[in-house]
Amino acid sequence: MRKDFGITKALKEININIDNFLSLVGPNGAGKTTLIKILSTTMKPTSGTAEINGVDIKKEPIKVREQIGVVSHQTYLYRDLTAKENLKFYARMYDIPKPEKRIKKLVTDHNLEKRLNDRVSEYSRGMKQKLSIIRALLHEPKVLLLDEPYTGLDQHANERLKNTLANFKDKTIIQTTHDLNRALEIGKQIAILSNGKIVYKTQKNDLDPIRFREIYEKKVKKR
Amino acid sequence: MKYLKKAFNVFWKDLIIELRSKEMINTMIIFSILVVLISSFAFGQMSTEALDQIAPGVLWIAFIFAGMLGIGRSFISEKDQNCLRGNMLAPVDWSAIYIGKTIGNLFFMLIMELITLIIFVVIFDFGKILTKLPKLTIILLLGTLGFVSVGTLLSAISVNTKTREMLLPVLLFPVTIPVILPVVESTSQLITQEPNILPWIRILTAYDIIFFVLSALIFNYVVEE
Repeated sequence: MRKDFGITKALKEININIDNFLSLVGPNGAGKTTLIKILSTTMKPTSGTAEINGVDIKKEPIKVREQIGVVSHQTYLYRDLTAKENLKFYARMYDIPKPEKRIKKLVTDHNLEKRLNDRVSEYSRGMKQKLSIIRALLHEPKVLLLDEPYTGLDQHANERLKNTLANFKDKTIIQTTHDLNRALEIGKQIAILSNGKIVYKTQKNDLDPIRFREIYEKKVKKR
Repeated sequence: MKYLKKAFNVFWKDLIIELRSKEMINTMIIFSILVVLISSFAFGQMSTEALDQIAPGVLWIAFIFAGMLGIGRSFISEKDQNCLRGNMLAPVDWSAIYIGKTIGNLFFMLIMELITLIIFVVIFDFGKILTKLPKLTIILLLGTLGFVSVGTLLSAISVNTKTREMLLPVLLFPVTIPVILPVVESTSQLITQEPNILPWIRILTAYDIIFFVLSALIFNYVVEE
């Protein structure tokens, strides 16, 4: 897959197969967000394509969107609506049968039931992010795309988000981050995206964190 | 059916947000009342015949400028926390979002027009326009729909630019001249003579259909990142 913005080549030779939890790490401007936008079908690649669960993102974007949930540092939540109204709005957009039941289950799982009728503008950053995860899980997506989900979260909220993500064992997850520690904490695979290219990919089990930092410095600097 | 349900869902969400924030409707109503008030200072002492001549212009200046202010704000809530992208992640053709936003803008603009019309009738003592209410309603509906169809699309284009307050009128007015001309002319005919507004209604209907469909189709390309 490739993506150009005029003369700027945001993504060059992206060729990757992901089947469990991939942490994609890279410096600012490496192309991480562009990749997530393309995979979530809100942006078209200049050439090439990708398949999510066997569905082509270019040919059947609506089908792809049924299967993905996206969490970003932006929450996609309306601050003038309550948490419940936000979730009901998105539930209707995803044609979820019995949305009340699904919302109740998710907010109970994430300990947000007491604040469900509060406006999002009254939520802390951590709670908004939690609500954003519930929003992304409403339609039970098979694939989760996480674009710098830890941005702006304090240490406590970070830990809770990490634990939440670690529990999604039945989903394929792609997480982008510029923070090496985050990338090393959870996930099964890790890859380095630099200057629009996947320059390194490995299983996390085989990885020595100190060695990985050295590889990262080398790969990112080299470009 | 699911497509229309989702479009209506977007409208419903906008309605709840607007009922709470009142940012758009208040701005529009205050602006349109100000236009009518200032016009009454300027033209209040005119003869009935002269007033008949300028009344359609005053009304539509108030409607169009106030409407433009409102439409310009219609994507502000979507810009906040990038909610438009959240909507775009839903499994639906993005034109449903456009249709929902257009219905919302049409609804808010019609409320503003109704209130402005009442204020206009009271201030200018212009009750005779109410005797032509059914025909005036048709003109208002068709004219507003045409204006809002293009305005909603252009608002989506201009919302991400730094100069959106300037860009929207610059783009919107030239494109909506085929709406502004028939609505002013047909309203004028309603007031001043035996009305034959059918040719204008035909033009408005054709404009509405063409630009509504075209805007819905173009919207997908406008919002794509």
